[in-house]
Amino acid sequence: MRKGSLAAVLIITIAVLGLALFSFDYLKDDLRLGLDLKGGVQVRLEAPENASAEDMAKAVAIIDNRVNALGVTEPEIRREGDNRILIELPGVEDPEEAVNLIGRTALLEFVRVDTNEIVVTGRDLKNAVEGMDSSQIAGKDYHVSIEFNSEGAEKFANATSDLVAKYGENDPNRMIAIVLDGNVISSPIVQTPIYDGKASISGGFQTLEEANSLALLLRSGALPVEMEIIEKRTVGPKFGIESLEKSAGAAFYGLIAIALFMIAYYRVPGLVAVVSLVLYSAIVWNVLGFINATITLPGIAGFLLSVGMAVDANIIIYERIKEELANGKSLRASIDSGFKRAIWTIFDSNLTTLIASFVLIYFGAGTVKGFAVTLSIGVITSMLTAITFTRILLKQTSLVISNTKLYGA
Amino acid sequence: MDFSGKKMLWFIISLVIIIPGIVSIMINGLNFGIDFAGGNLIQVQFQNETSVDTIRTAVNDSGISDALVQESDYNSFIIKTKVITEEQEKTLLASLTNNVGEYEIMRNEGVGPSIGSELRKAGLISLFLALALMVVYITIRFELSFAIAAILALCHDVLITVGIFSILQFEVNSEFIAAVLTVVGYSINATIVIFDRIRENLKAVKKDSLENIVNLSIKQTMARSVNTTITVLFVIISLLIFGGETIRNFNMVLLTGVVSGLYSSVFLAGNFWLVIRNLKGKKA
Repeated sequence: MRKGSLAAVLIITIAVLGLALFSFDYLKDDLRLGLDLKGGVQVRLEAPENASAEDMAKAVAIIDNRVNALGVTEPEIRREGDNRILIELPGVEDPEEAVNLIGRTALLEFVRVDTNEIVVTGRDLKNAVEGMDSSQIAGKDYHVSIEFNSEGAEKFANATSDLVAKYGENDPNRMIAIVLDGNVISSPIVQTPIYDGKASISGGFQTLEEANSLALLLRSGALPVEMEIIEKRTVGPKFGIESLEKSAGAAFYGLIAIALFMIAYYRVPGLVAVVSLVLYSAIVWNVLGFINATITLPGIAGFLLSVGMAVDANIIIYERIKEELANGKSLRASIDSGFKRAIWTIFDSNLTTLIASFVLIYFGAGTVKGFAVTLSIGVITSMLTAITFTRILLKQTSLVISNTKLYGA
Repeated sequence: MDFSGKKMLWFIISLVIIIPGIVSIMINGLNFGIDFAGGNLIQVQFQNETSVDTIRTAVNDSGISDALVQESDYNSFIIKTKVITEEQEKTLLASLTNNVGEYEIMRNEGVGPSIGSELRKAGLISLFLALALMVVYITIRFELSFAIAAILALCHDVLITVGIFSILQFEVNSEFIAAVLTVVGYSINATIVIFDRIRENLKAVKKDSLENIVNLSIKQTMARSVNTTITVLFVIISLLIFGGETIRNFNMVLLTGVVSGLYSSVFLAGNFWLVIRNLKGKKA
């Protein structure tokens, strides 16, 4: 009996530690990290209230185009309510630039200065490419070359030939204003009629990147309605990693302190508690990996707090066992009735915590939700491991080490 | 220790902490973070050494008044402003480059006023909904008198936490609500463990007075109450020391709340129940 139990205790312990190490190893690269840990952007856009469902669908498609051009691996773009769009771009290289690209209306218009008539718009574009003209004496000249589709080319040809026919050379009436979102970028004077549907936007670009951004915006198309950035959160990649390392370190020290305290105070049951807490942690992280949960900073805090709850379940049980031992019961009988009496206490107390975290899952904003999800998974797992695994391991251990003093008698 | 005999003493100790908090809420209000009040927050890390004053001057230079500047981890600085436009933000960032030097943006958050009030509303709703659902659950599993006593103890913890945050003018944001709800979760846990024992002892020792039963139950569960709080404090203190700036506020709520929760479960919850039971007894 003793030998068999000793083997059982050792096998269980080694299996748990092995599982924990194994899952730590593969989860390390597998877990999806949130914006606060990986860096990235979250933007919430709002269209005017009268925006139609069609406009919103179009806007989502256009933003999707722009995001794809940024090369983010797991972008998330979804509509919220009637007139909002939420965009999340984890791991994007330049968060600030991404915000600039996503929210811009990017409505391009070519306007005749003499009649104020709109000749062509961004809709008539076929392509837009940034470029650099280094032959200029004044230094580098950045521009965006655009090409109209056939319809646009025709409209543009008509307008330019009309201007050339009507006004003399260098007459300011020959100007066509290039307007982006209501701001005039430049107003070149038409020299000759343009029949090939090609034009160039220059002026207003400080760097090639700026020209590149505009070209990208023009290629993806203008948003059908003007959208306002009502919320944005960007986190630089370096900052995310620092936060991750810090909280992982904090978690480690906190857990070690708990383990030492449990062993010092509860002796043998304390050791059993530490093994079951290792199993508990491995289960929680595997579940988080399995449901593909996004791990955020508050999520890690939620996990640590659920460890607190898991320890609490053990403490409630062990205090009960101590009481039973003090009442003169045998070790085995004390363990049995200790568990039996503690289970409903644990159930009632944990369920009230679960109620609070379910409310948070339902009502909470992004990061808060992550916190509540890990807390809930943690609380449920802690109840399960406390009443199954801890019980089995403690009973087997009691067959190996039977000195009641080591159990708090 | 006589827990149920000195009811008034425990109530008075609580009031001594709660009343200044309530006064402060009425006079100073709460320091709402940008996700509740709306506004912008930019955290920048500079390549060269600089100071809060230099940055404040640069911010003022860009035409933004009422900005809050504070130093944070790794030679970085947090600049908090009211809601500013994208244009104003560009001016601000340019002014930082010109007046302070090269930097890297670590965090840049902007919350419009409408979102702010929505988040605030959602936070309050979740707090009240959680409390209401707990009353229902405890009433089903125990009885209404226990539920009311437990919720009173929780309100105590919430008031203390909110009050202290008002006195110290610490930031109140979405994470604050999550932290308060965690505190509520822990505190109700401790209270339930004690009530569970009262319920058990009521069945076992019928002849004793209610006061003595409450006293006995609190003593029997004392080791659990204290030990659980100690282990939770290990984690919270470790997060406070090593966890970095972003979750510091969150942990400050937990620290205050967990200590207050221990006090309210041990010294108040049982006594609230006694008072409610006695009121009921007199009416009948």
